[in-house]
Amino acid sequence: MEGFTDEPGVDLVKPEGIRFPYRSILNETIRNTFFHVALWMAMFSLYLVGLYHAILYLRTSRKDHDLWSEAYNKAGILFGIMGIATGSLWARYTWGSWWTNDIKLNMATIAMFIYFGYVILRSSFTDEEKKARVSAVFSIFAFVALIPLVFVIPRLTDSLHPGNGGNPALGGEDLDHTLRLFFYPSIIALFLIGCWLAQLKFRLLKLSDRVLKNR
Amino acid sequence: MPNKGDFWEVNCYNNSLMYSHHTKQKSLACLALLFFHVLLQAQSPENDFLRSTGKIYSVVAGIVIVFAGLAIYLWRLDRKLTKLEKHINDEHETS
Repeated sequence: MEGFTDEPGVDLVKPEGIRFPYRSILNETIRNTFFHVALWMAMFSLYLVGLYHAILYLRTSRKDHDLWSEAYNKAGILFGIMGIATGSLWARYTWGSWWTNDIKLNMATIAMFIYFGYVILRSSFTDEEKKARVSAVFSIFAFVALIPLVFVIPRLTDSLHPGNGGNPALGGEDLDHTLRLFFYPSIIALFLIGCWLAQLKFRLLKLSDRVLKNR
Repeated sequence: MPNKGDFWEVNCYNNSLMYSHHTKQKSLACLALLFFHVLLQAQSPENDFLRSTGKIYSVVAGIVIVFAGLAIYLWRLDRKLTKLEKHINDEHETS
């Protein structure tokens, strides 16, 4: 795998100021780090908050925590779908195919399906309390499954993804500093957008819960 | 290499086909096939629109996907909220 060079391709513009690193087949799409990769990081953070509320629900049995957990998990699912879609498009123009048998793609898809199962599970209950308790437990299970699927298994083999294969803790040079400058704020921004979506969802769920109870 | 105009023009034609009349359906379907063929051909060589200028437009398309995802989510939330509002208003009227 070639490293980063400052050598731009023939058709790349080279403006003054901040310059992005050039890497063989990535070209300008190295900027997808701020969107595609940051989406997955934000998704993971949203699922983490969903897990937190699921545990709190099991400890306190307060209905609010169940609704928060649902709202955050659903925002995470949206981010996951967008991550798959942006990744697929990028793969078409980088690897030449909408879908490859890359280990990371397949494992991420399995993780996605587990969370789809969460939504289906929720909609299959009529008893409110049973629904809340079972989906809280399922939420914990889904998150525990997410960690090996996304963070462990892809690292055991080689992946087509840039900067992948092997232990990333030892790959400090994998991400250029000019990219970090935008990558980290992008994660925070997308996470905050996700929190806002989840909060809107929570308010809607809570309101509809109250309205239906008064009927 | 096809230029920018070709790419968007083909898209325009395809969009207009969706609203076509029933009587002209057959011939238009043939035309659509032809345009799809052109569109696919435009995508096969190395230098199509999304691959031009260092593939920057594939990043733009990615941003469009993110925006569309957020917009669809919010739009669906809006619809659910409208339904709830209607429900509340109906309750008020009956009581």
